[in-house]
Amino acid sequence: MSPEKMVTMANQIATFFETQPGEDQLGRFADHINDFWEPRMRRQLLDYIAAGGEGLKPMVTDAADRIAEPAE
Amino acid sequence: MKDFIIPWNDPDMGTPAKTGAPVTLTIDGAAVTVPEGTSVMRAAYEAGIAVPKLCATDSVEAFGSCRLCVVEIEGRRGTPASCTTPVSEGMVVHTQSSKVQKIRKGVMELYISDHPLDCLTCSANGDCELQDMAGAVGLRDVRYTPGENHYDPTGTGALSAADAKGREGPGNFRYIPKDESNPYFTYDPSKCIVCSRCVRACEEVQGTFALTIEGRGFESRVSAGGAVDDFLSSDCVSCGACVQACPTATLQEKSVAELGTPTRSVVTTCAYCGVGCSFKAEMNGDQLVRMVPYKNGKANRGHSCVKGRFAYGYASHQDRITSPMIRESIDEPWREVSWDEALNFAAGRLKGIQEKYGRKSVGVITSSRCTNEETFLVQKLARGVFMNNNTDTCARVCHSPTGYGLGQTFGTSAGTQDFDSVEHTDVVIVIGANPTDGHPVFASRLKKRLRAGAKLIVIDPRRIDLVKSAHVEAAHHLPLRPGTNVAVVTALAHVIVSEGLMDEDFIRERCDWNEFLEYAEFVKQERHSPEATEMLTGVPAETLREAARTFARGGNGAIYYGLGVTEHSQGSTTVMGIANLAMLTGNIGRPGVGVNPLRGQNNVQGSCDMGSFPHELPGYRHVKLPEVRETFEAAWGVTIDPEPGLRIPNMLDAAVDGTFKGLYCQGEDILQSDPDTKHVAAGLAAMECVIVHDLFLNETANYAHVFLPGSSFLEKDGTFTNAERRINMVRRVMAPKAGYADWEVTQLLAQAMGADWNYTHPREIMAEIAATTPSFAGVTYERINELGSIQWPCNDSAPEGTPLMHVDEFKRGKGRFMITEYVATDEKTGPRFPLLLTTGRILSQYNVGAQTRRTANSTWHEQDLLEIHPHDAEVRGVNEGDFVKLASRSGETTLRATITDRVSPGVVYTTFHHPDTQANVITTDFSDWATNCPEYKVTAVQVSPSNGPTDWQERYSEQAAQSRRILPAAE
Repeated sequence: MSPEKMVTMANQIATFFETQPGEDQLGRFADHINDFWEPRMRRQLLDYIAAGGEGLKPMVTDAADRIAEPAE
Repeated sequence: MKDFIIPWNDPDMGTPAKTGAPVTLTIDGAAVTVPEGTSVMRAAYEAGIAVPKLCATDSVEAFGSCRLCVVEIEGRRGTPASCTTPVSEGMVVHTQSSKVQKIRKGVMELYISDHPLDCLTCSANGDCELQDMAGAVGLRDVRYTPGENHYDPTGTGALSAADAKGREGPGNFRYIPKDESNPYFTYDPSKCIVCSRCVRACEEVQGTFALTIEGRGFESRVSAGGAVDDFLSSDCVSCGACVQACPTATLQEKSVAELGTPTRSVVTTCAYCGVGCSFKAEMNGDQLVRMVPYKNGKANRGHSCVKGRFAYGYASHQDRITSPMIRESIDEPWREVSWDEALNFAAGRLKGIQEKYGRKSVGVITSSRCTNEETFLVQKLARGVFMNNNTDTCARVCHSPTGYGLGQTFGTSAGTQDFDSVEHTDVVIVIGANPTDGHPVFASRLKKRLRAGAKLIVIDPRRIDLVKSAHVEAAHHLPLRPGTNVAVVTALAHVIVSEGLMDEDFIRERCDWNEFLEYAEFVKQERHSPEATEMLTGVPAETLREAARTFARGGNGAIYYGLGVTEHSQGSTTVMGIANLAMLTGNIGRPGVGVNPLRGQNNVQGSCDMGSFPHELPGYRHVKLPEVRETFEAAWGVTIDPEPGLRIPNMLDAAVDGTFKGLYCQGEDILQSDPDTKHVAAGLAAMECVIVHDLFLNETANYAHVFLPGSSFLEKDGTFTNAERRINMVRRVMAPKAGYADWEVTQLLAQAMGADWNYTHPREIMAEIAATTPSFAGVTYERINELGSIQWPCNDSAPEGTPLMHVDEFKRGKGRFMITEYVATDEKTGPRFPLLLTTGRILSQYNVGAQTRRTANSTWHEQDLLEIHPHDAEVRGVNEGDFVKLASRSGETTLRATITDRVSPGVVYTTFHHPDTQANVITTDFSDWATNCPEYKVTAVQVSPSNGPTDWQERYSEQAAQSRRILPAAE
């Protein structure tokens, strides 16, 4: 998908979890990505973060090491 | 299922059932016990005694006008009408005596004196209560000579229409010719006995109040609307309740007139909206004569709408494709081939794609119009044959946020009530739904409750019919700006919490108290107050405050919502906000309350239940869970991928990226129904094998390589699950026109791919569902047949199913309050696109219109119109009926405008039932944050006068025409 669309989608999810109370919003964000994003999408996101992650919210980039690395 | 043949045990009991303390009386020497309030007539039926009647029918309250049902009651004077006389303890009733027999004969004689004697050629012949009653009372002669009457057009004393032929006479001003204006039924005033059953059905059952009795005494006539109206031009919504109630041929289906009286009937389930009405398919041989709402159907209780009752003609429409077809590429014409060739071609291509591009390069879309069993097989095809989780369904684009939002807060992805619950509701919130158009039979039940005094709060940008219609008026209408649902719902919670209106006992007992405290802290903030959000939402603060108070203090509060909630960037958040409101006010876990998503398609609930989503196996269990995978791995003998698959929008993105190449799409038209048509078209065009399995060459088929002909709901056995979680039987009444039911086709495709599937009947598929899915553990075809229908969960602890959920505790344990921060959508108005477009449905059409456009329903809606406020129209120079160009950043289309103040200034509205309108060329690729459910309901647009179709529309129709060419089959 286009990087802009992916950035929008990832930021939308982060925006929700940022507002949630309690601890470990970062983990809950990463869980959501792991639960709903197909490996190709996670691969694209992780590659995009590795390449600088322009436009992504800090929560998204911070979650990089908690987003499951796609096996293939 | 061939044993489901008439006679059905659903006699007309004369008057509606009552509930009350038992009362015992004696009727014709037999003791009978019935609930208090029951009529003597109904009590007699209970005892097996049919009292003659004409104006009484059990769908409406007794009226007492025909006097045919008179009886004698010991100790009472005269001969009371049994329909209007309630039973009392110890009452002794005689339904037959020389006195009442004489009265009844006299009554019948008078009726017949003004009725044409055309019985042999009458369309109600064999199904006429007047005829039956004439026999039942022993009427053997009519003493009256011809006089003033309503049936003889010539005024010459003719006794029938046949008799009047060839006669010349002065004419008869009382004779009114047939009204044939409605495409489905006729009104023949000459046969009317003025029993008022139609008028009462229109009022009590449907709630439209279109019909009335005009005139008095001998001048009394049934009339639709005003003096100049016919049925079509009146307020009549063609629900069929009047036709159902009519005891004669006065209101009669045209199909019966044409095809004859049906001789057998099979109970089945409507294939339109998520209400899931039960119908009797009345047949002659394998020809469908009419669909009649089934009184024992628990969703509809004997009612119907214009779609389910009349719009079934698509199933036999000439556009049906009944031969499989293939083509090498989409610029070629279709080639009709054998099933074998088509399936081997499809299987070969899919396997080739997987070899070349990998296991995950193909996927499926299951249909929310097909049965549970068919949906189960399609997702099984992805998981067990394609070996991936690339399965999704059209619920993605409608109610996926419901699944997520209610799953997070309550622990289940479904509505909490049954439809009967509305009868116990005191205050209703309808948000983002238009039930009178989208879910008409539920709307009739809701309106009945509203007329009985329940209060209504409508939250919708448009002034939908429920806001004000006959004898129904919303207490509060909150006309919010599209896209501000979360702000409004949170403001309602703000009022409830800050004014101390919440149900603290309920919250302490049933919810997580600490989470509530956090939530309360959040909503109490001043920025969520109605005053602070008024500028944003457009809802006057005082109106919102009053609505919140009405809901919190009004008794049993129920929330009904539709796609106006889900199809937003914050769809899931709004669903959570709605769940919060229900928990705050203690409105969960008993009749009359609850959170009720109104589902769009007949089996949207079922398709979700059946594991259509790429992250969930059947029963809403995530594919990452090893114990869940193990269940299916053991049953299917395969290894299931633990990674989530692609959702529909992700499939299309991946197709454009070149990593997704093959799609099996059953009974869904993504090119027309999904947003951002150009993107969908680009995705489909990039695929190497698109298999469309459908009744018609739909829009998606323009990009398909394989077409597998589908079967209509009349041609297969199976089950649909409606919005109440109710599993209803679908029963085959005729052979599949293309030779196979859809589940058989999926099985053949799986076999062609090498799978060892050998189902011989859908009941075997249901057995597999029950064996693998705990919430369906107790479901079998035998059990459904026995109970009529079953609401899941159905298992050892709920062997008859579960009408109400979360009664003692939430599925997840404690109810969970979620923080619902409003986030404005990125889809913003500006100088280029200053208006907000929102979309919806109309009563007569259904979804992409593939079915209803192929019926006479188009009489009511032959094209999509753009509703625009007079102010916005004036500044743009747009007049009623003008062609206008509708443009967004995604694309532009043209359609005709209609000017109305139903929409607020700044908001325009249209439907998406017609492919040439291409409303989805306009909609954007923004979607719900949690589920990717598209944001159909908010698009920034501009409207300007136009001369005709856009270039895109012309190119599109050219491509579609090219793509639909079919070569004759090679011999």
